[in-house]
Amino acid sequence: MAFACIHIPEFMVQSVVRAERALRGLASRGSALVLISGKPPLWSVVAANSAALRAGVHLGMTKAQVTEFCGVEIRPRSEAQEKAAHAVLLDVGWSISPRVEDTAADTIVLDLEGLVSLFGTDENIARELSQRASHIGLIPHVAIASNIEAAILAARGFAGITIVPAGEEFARLGELPIQTLLTDVEVLETLERWGVDCLRALAALPVLQLSERLGQEGVRLHELARGARVRSLVLAEASSSFEEEIELEDSVEELEPLSFLLGRLLDQLCARLEARALAVRTIHVRFELEPSFEKDVQTLKDESRNKTASKEYVKVLTLPVAMRDSKVLLKLVRLSLQADPPKSPIQKIRMAADSAALRVAQSGLFVPRGPDPEKLELTIARLAKLVGESNVGVAELLDTHRAENFRMARWAGGTNFPCTKVTRKRKKDAVSPLQEEPQKARKVASGFRMIRPAVAANVEVGEARPVRVSFGGMQGEVVAASGPWRSSGEWWQEDGWDQDEWDLAIDFALSSGPHEKNASPWPQYGVYRIYYDVPRRNWYVRGFYD
Amino acid sequence: MAAASLAALRSKIELDLRGRVVSPFNYRDRNIFEIVSTGIPEIDAAVGGLPRGAMTEICGPPCSGRTSFLISALAARTADGEACALVDARDSFDPYLASAAGVALNQLLWVRCQNADQALRATDLLIQGGGFGLVAVDLSDIAPKIVRYVPLNAWFRFRRAVEDTPTILMVAEQEANAKTCASLVLRLNAKPAEWKEAVGERSSVRDLRDLVKYPFARLLKGFKIGADVVRSRVQYANDLPAANENLVNEIKVNQFDARHTRHRAGVFETVGAQDPCAPSRQSTKHRV
Repeated sequence: MAFACIHIPEFMVQSVVRAERALRGLASRGSALVLISGKPPLWSVVAANSAALRAGVHLGMTKAQVTEFCGVEIRPRSEAQEKAAHAVLLDVGWSISPRVEDTAADTIVLDLEGLVSLFGTDENIARELSQRASHIGLIPHVAIASNIEAAILAARGFAGITIVPAGEEFARLGELPIQTLLTDVEVLETLERWGVDCLRALAALPVLQLSERLGQEGVRLHELARGARVRSLVLAEASSSFEEEIELEDSVEELEPLSFLLGRLLDQLCARLEARALAVRTIHVRFELEPSFEKDVQTLKDESRNKTASKEYVKVLTLPVAMRDSKVLLKLVRLSLQADPPKSPIQKIRMAADSAALRVAQSGLFVPRGPDPEKLELTIARLAKLVGESNVGVAELLDTHRAENFRMARWAGGTNFPCTKVTRKRKKDAVSPLQEEPQKARKVASGFRMIRPAVAANVEVGEARPVRVSFGGMQGEVVAASGPWRSSGEWWQEDGWDQDEWDLAIDFALSSGPHEKNASPWPQYGVYRIYYDVPRRNWYVRGFYD
Repeated sequence: MAAASLAALRSKIELDLRGRVVSPFNYRDRNIFEIVSTGIPEIDAAVGGLPRGAMTEICGPPCSGRTSFLISALAARTADGEACALVDARDSFDPYLASAAGVALNQLLWVRCQNADQALRATDLLIQGGGFGLVAVDLSDIAPKIVRYVPLNAWFRFRRAVEDTPTILMVAEQEANAKTCASLVLRLNAKPAEWKEAVGERSSVRDLRDLVKYPFARLLKGFKIGADVVRSRVQYANDLPAANENLVNEIKVNQFDARHTRHRAGVFETVGAQDPCAPSRQSTKHRV
């Protein structure tokens, strides 16, 4: 049985570097980077990379002191980024093995049982882990050992990839400094007084005497130093929600700079989802807004509200098919924001994604290929921006006899295609349906064109039927009539209906002049559907047959 | 010597254009299309069907049967499991009737526009997105003088966008405007509606009594629609009836409206007891 440990050195610094792409280049070139924390003006250094430490920066320095150093980048510490980086680290672990222990914010342990058949040797597994962590912006130390504690010590102590063969734990770990093992200052001082500076020296001490002086902690440290401590893995539970956030020093007001930030967050989210072989189903974008002038005025009026309280603006994007293309997702978010932008400058962006399994690409050999779901979703979003969100989609019929008996629903990606066999012929073999086997004669339904909203009409009634109709500046004689077809329903509700419908063949040419003929948008002669609305006591034109 | 250098030059050009142009020196007849059924056997017999990767114009005055044709084509395509799109320039599509006519609504993306400009922009987006079996653009209710202002290069762009794709672009309008960009242009015209007198088809005494009281009681039977082939550049690999001839064919459009059937089933039972033009609340005993 083998275990792998991934440790992220300088975790706080790396989590900030991961979120800021410009810093990655600087960090790779060995530039000094310092994180500060605290309330201004009492900023102090809480973390620094090795270059900064070599330059002379040490923890606890004030910001003013650090600015004296040349070429040191200073950034505020971000707990949100640390949280995201830790989640990313866990995602890397789950991308390789389902059994992962969340040991610390900067350290995770994986059970490698059964992975050799997938990845080959332990070296391959370690390399794969290192590559995947680097891909999402973290530079890890990876160690593989036969027990958990040895793997953790090796990852914390050695840079890069370390393989500790079974039985050689003591030999490999012995050279590590004693600070790798423990952080308790009191015990460290005691061990330094004894002249113990590495794990080999600690392992050489007799256990009995060590326990007499340090108690059970001494026995534990002795076992750890020998690489002989065995324990079981405490498994972490995988989450299906992914979250990334970014806090801005200067608030953003325009869409273009905001797109860069959104793109970065989406790239990070998609990389995490890719590591887990998942895709996005829903995106929640939460913007923390700067209090605007109007808000301040409102706040002054309403003293009960806190003036400095920030406002939130939330956008939820539910996708009909799970997808993971960050460019497509960015376009969708952008289109959504263009249609309904936030009213104030943005201070903070928090983006969360609900995950789902990836879409199965192949639906069937004989099912016609439909539009690409990702592309179609983008097209629908663009159409929604053009004609309005409620005017694009699929008509869903309702179980009612009301005239407008449908509602608009989202396009479901054509997933309910019938599995009918469709023979597609190549162009050179194209033949007419005439030459195919004769089809079963199909009845053609008469088309009907709705007039939305219904136009009010004046109807003259004679002999219990409409004889003359005028609407939209036209007046015509009824040539033939069929009706009334009566319907009513939902009388117990406010919007109940009660109507008498007529199919009327109307000839407007009999009564209208030539000038009126050209001006009217409706046919001069045709079969119209006209109804008498009983509650409103008026006639309306529903449409005409075409 | 010259032949060898020509061959070398040809192979070099082909190599340079590899990935962008397939077989640049081979003649490709752009008029050979894959043909699919319109859903109306009479039209299929006359013109073969609707060409894929090309534009088809259906024109005619109001009440000439353009909507019947359009619904029939949508029903045929969705029945084959294809995803279709309808750009409705004046929001006049009736989904209930379309469903009754056989259109699978869950496979039909309906874009409800308010004017011609929105409709053309939506069409552009849908064609560029690709993947639809049929993109139907309904400009029937837009005045001809407005559609006439659509620049020819817009139609040309549409034609080029659907070229070499399995998409059928069908435009319904009052006049043909796309000129040579349309591979098939049909002009429809309808004869006056046919009505079926209800007298004599009922047997019960009560029904006959009602019909005597309401002699106008009748059913809309349907329309006869004629179709002229204005232009057809569609060619077939095999011998077919000459499609380029102008021919007139009559399509019998049957009345097939499920909602009417439903209403009519109830109306003869309830209407006869009162004046139909002055209905009251007490008359709502019929099935709803």
